[in-house]
Amino acid sequence: MTDIYYTKDHEWIKVDGGEGLVGITSYASEQLGDIVFVELPQKGISFDQGKDVAVIESVKAASEIYSPASGEIIETNSSLEENPEIINDDPLVAGWLYKIKIINKEELKNLMNEEEYNKLIGV
Amino acid sequence: MNSNRGLDHDEKLLFEVGDVNRTGVDLSEPENLSQMLGDSFSDSEIGLAGLSEPETVRHYVRLSRKNYSIDAGLYPLGSCTMKHNPRLNEKMARLEGFSEIHPLQPISTCQGALELIDLISSWLKELTGMAAVTMTPKAGAQGELCGMMAIKQALLNKNESHRKIVLVPDSAHGTNPATAAFLGFEVKTIKSNREGLIDFDDFKKNIDKNFAGVMITNPNTCGLFETDIVKISELTHKSGGYLYCDGANFNAVVGKLKPGDLGIDAMHINLHKTFSTPHGGGGPGSGPVVFSERLEKFCPTPLVENDKGEYDLIESLDGKGLSNSFGRLNVFHGQMGMFVRAMSYMLSHGADGLRQVSEDAVLNANYLRASLNDRLTPAFEGYCMHEILFSDDFLKDTGVETLDFAKAMIDEGYHPMTIYFPLVIHGALLVEPTETESKQSLDHFISTLRDLVDRLKEDSDSFKAAPVFTPIRRLDETQAARKPILRWKEEPLIAV
Repeated sequence: MTDIYYTKDHEWIKVDGGEGLVGITSYASEQLGDIVFVELPQKGISFDQGKDVAVIESVKAASEIYSPASGEIIETNSSLEENPEIINDDPLVAGWLYKIKIINKEELKNLMNEEEYNKLIGV
Repeated sequence: MNSNRGLDHDEKLLFEVGDVNRTGVDLSEPENLSQMLGDSFSDSEIGLAGLSEPETVRHYVRLSRKNYSIDAGLYPLGSCTMKHNPRLNEKMARLEGFSEIHPLQPISTCQGALELIDLISSWLKELTGMAAVTMTPKAGAQGELCGMMAIKQALLNKNESHRKIVLVPDSAHGTNPATAAFLGFEVKTIKSNREGLIDFDDFKKNIDKNFAGVMITNPNTCGLFETDIVKISELTHKSGGYLYCDGANFNAVVGKLKPGDLGIDAMHINLHKTFSTPHGGGGPGSGPVVFSERLEKFCPTPLVENDKGEYDLIESLDGKGLSNSFGRLNVFHGQMGMFVRAMSYMLSHGADGLRQVSEDAVLNANYLRASLNDRLTPAFEGYCMHEILFSDDFLKDTGVETLDFAKAMIDEGYHPMTIYFPLVIHGALLVEPTETESKQSLDHFISTLRDLVDRLKEDSDSFKAAPVFTPIRRLDETQAARKPILRWKEEPLIAV
């Protein structure tokens, strides 16, 4: 079963077993406008929850992406390097940023579920 | 219909205008060229566009007319301070003794120039209440680098190189975190509170044993004065760190306060903002940095020494208290032409005049705020400093975005304000009128913006279509960033 959690900084993490897939929400991608560049972390590097792990640059602004969970980067979405617009087109599936090996599932309690997140963005 | 509008031409590149059949010169055929050039001789086409002299002249004159400048009209870019450049400054800078000077000429032959550097240094120290100044940085961003290099040097000197963390507010200019990162510091963002000021608790929370310093812009990019600045500087020093101030907005407070009194350790001053030297492509910039007593001995060389009216550049570090300097930042001594212009501005205004400049800049911004706050939405309540920040709340439910609104201003004959900065405000519009606009000029600007807002309800489509009166209407910013075309690509020029 896959669980999805959200951060107040508009990232999502889909948790499947001990791994998590991370991306940004539709709301975030709309707010950013056309995305023109994505800087992803290197595989093998570990990050703590809340640390800036990637950068997304749009025509309006450059924004940092904060890791929703602590762990090691095990895969990144390399297709974003050539085609960052995938995030605008499909932020929740094809526009994922990276996969992380979660080291502490307890931390996920700090995040929001879908209902709470929708309340945050006023949907 | 072609894409020229009025008498404003859609100017093509020279390569698109010219062809190989035309030429503007009539040169005689050289003799023995192949012999003289040896292997380098080639008589094939070299792909340069041929043009007549009038075609060439028109091309460059038309291009020059596309350059929007403060000399052409109001230029309300927030955070940029696009103020008038007095012609008196230009006259002074063209005096031969300044304009023909060379950085390598003997010291004895440029005493006047050194005296001017000494004089502007003393004015800057007086206005900022700081202990030392270096005039060499070439622009604001290099000034930031210079100030942070001195902080790094001070930390090294205390064997505290473990202090790696530099705090930067989320409303900062992008150059602040870039500067810190460039020097190997780790940047941590501190949050703004609801009032648009630094959240002091968040600042406090982020201080630990690795704290190197904090970079603050005051007034900040929301156009607000950081009222906790003294609390911040006290805690910074108590925690073993240094306070860098981005002096980009010093023009709002000259003569009203001295940064030294706030506990600031280093601050750059953009001569092209506060002291009216030309801006952007009309530059060059110039970013002197002032230092507190805590940092004085770490600042770069050379410094101008005044020994009873005999001026010298201190090149030797011996016996001058400069033994901890981080050395030279630039090969030479700074932007002499800008020093002359800034000094001319200071002397022609006098101390009282400089204070009035700040007061008028703040007054003008608040006049805009008060005249527009029932049409646009100020991001924060209360008075602002030298610039007024609006959010895009007034555009809600109109389908028009900040960018569309800015484009519509172009059709009304106004260069847009800064948009989408600072990032902490949604769809930000940041307006800095500067003190050099008259009430009449501001009133015209205000009535234009009010009319535009009133048009939002009845005709939002026109905003989406704007600008219509320009040869090129909307640029594809997305493709320009994703797939930039950085050079003209040769398609063979065909002889016709």
